[in-house]
Amino acid sequence: MTARIGVVTFPGSLDDRDTQRAIRLAGAEPVALWHKDKDLHQVDAVVLPGGFSYGDYLRAGAISRFSPVMETVIEQAKAGLPVLGICNGFQVLTEAHLLPGAMLGNDHLHFICRDQKLRVENAETAWTGDYRAGQEIHIPLKNMDGRYVADAYMLDKLEAEGRVVFRYLDFNPNGSLRDIAGITNEAGNVVGLMPHPEHAVEPLIGTGRTDGLPFFTSILKKLVNA
Amino acid sequence: MARVVVDVMLKPEILDPQGQAVQRALPRLGFDGISDVRQGKRFELQVDGPVDEAALARIHDLAESFLANTVIEDFTVRVEEVAEVAEAAK
Repeated sequence: MTARIGVVTFPGSLDDRDTQRAIRLAGAEPVALWHKDKDLHQVDAVVLPGGFSYGDYLRAGAISRFSPVMETVIEQAKAGLPVLGICNGFQVLTEAHLLPGAMLGNDHLHFICRDQKLRVENAETAWTGDYRAGQEIHIPLKNMDGRYVADAYMLDKLEAEGRVVFRYLDFNPNGSLRDIAGITNEAGNVVGLMPHPEHAVEPLIGTGRTDGLPFFTSILKKLVNA
Repeated sequence: MARVVVDVMLKPEILDPQGQAVQRALPRLGFDGISDVRQGKRFELQVDGPVDEAALARIHDLAESFLANTVIEDFTVRVEEVAEVAEAAK
């Protein structure tokens, strides 16, 4: 039996299909989850994909955080279910207070789309076991509201506890404090990041690199070995 | 019936690039002497029935949990009597 990884579709999700595809390429079984359905259908992990859920009205991720499916995701994540939030999914996770801090509009006020260099700072989370700490990777980034902020106390705490999972290298695309691109919760089962690993899983597409694939093989290995 | 206004502003220590963009345009438009602009959001809630303490407490909870993200924003809640609004419209 292979691992079942759920991908939530909210109204306005854009990258749910790409995420399902990445999961399939990694060798796991993607399961489509619907925002109005509280049932997670016995999945072993959940990905909240990129997009503009509920139009990102009010604040990015603020309305989706109250969707029926999130009630169960929040409850299960607190009990240890691995959850990955990519871009809009990261915004949903901060709005749901599963991850600390908040996401704001890019400091330059523009939408940005580029191949972004990152450093993997923490290879111990449920989603990063197939990377090496210190590894440099290229992952596409595209967002409007990618500026990570938290107060100095929380930033210091994240750094001290090794909870900064990814950092922007060479160029900070959105004004994120301390070049933070991705973080994890205390338990390491919930990870959020702004760049899009699901867009870097096939050699024929984009930069030709498959630097995003280890996200999905990491979780698969973790679940199979669990 | 009354109107309750919720004003939401980014906390002072949070960078507000929208406000800065507006501020930078001011000299070009001939407005001098404005050294800072910060941009917020205003929600107008039309409330059915009396706005008593219980109703205000509920709106406060709504503002705190949904309309504002208190990690980055401050908010205020105040009642605007509809009669006053009608008066102002004359």
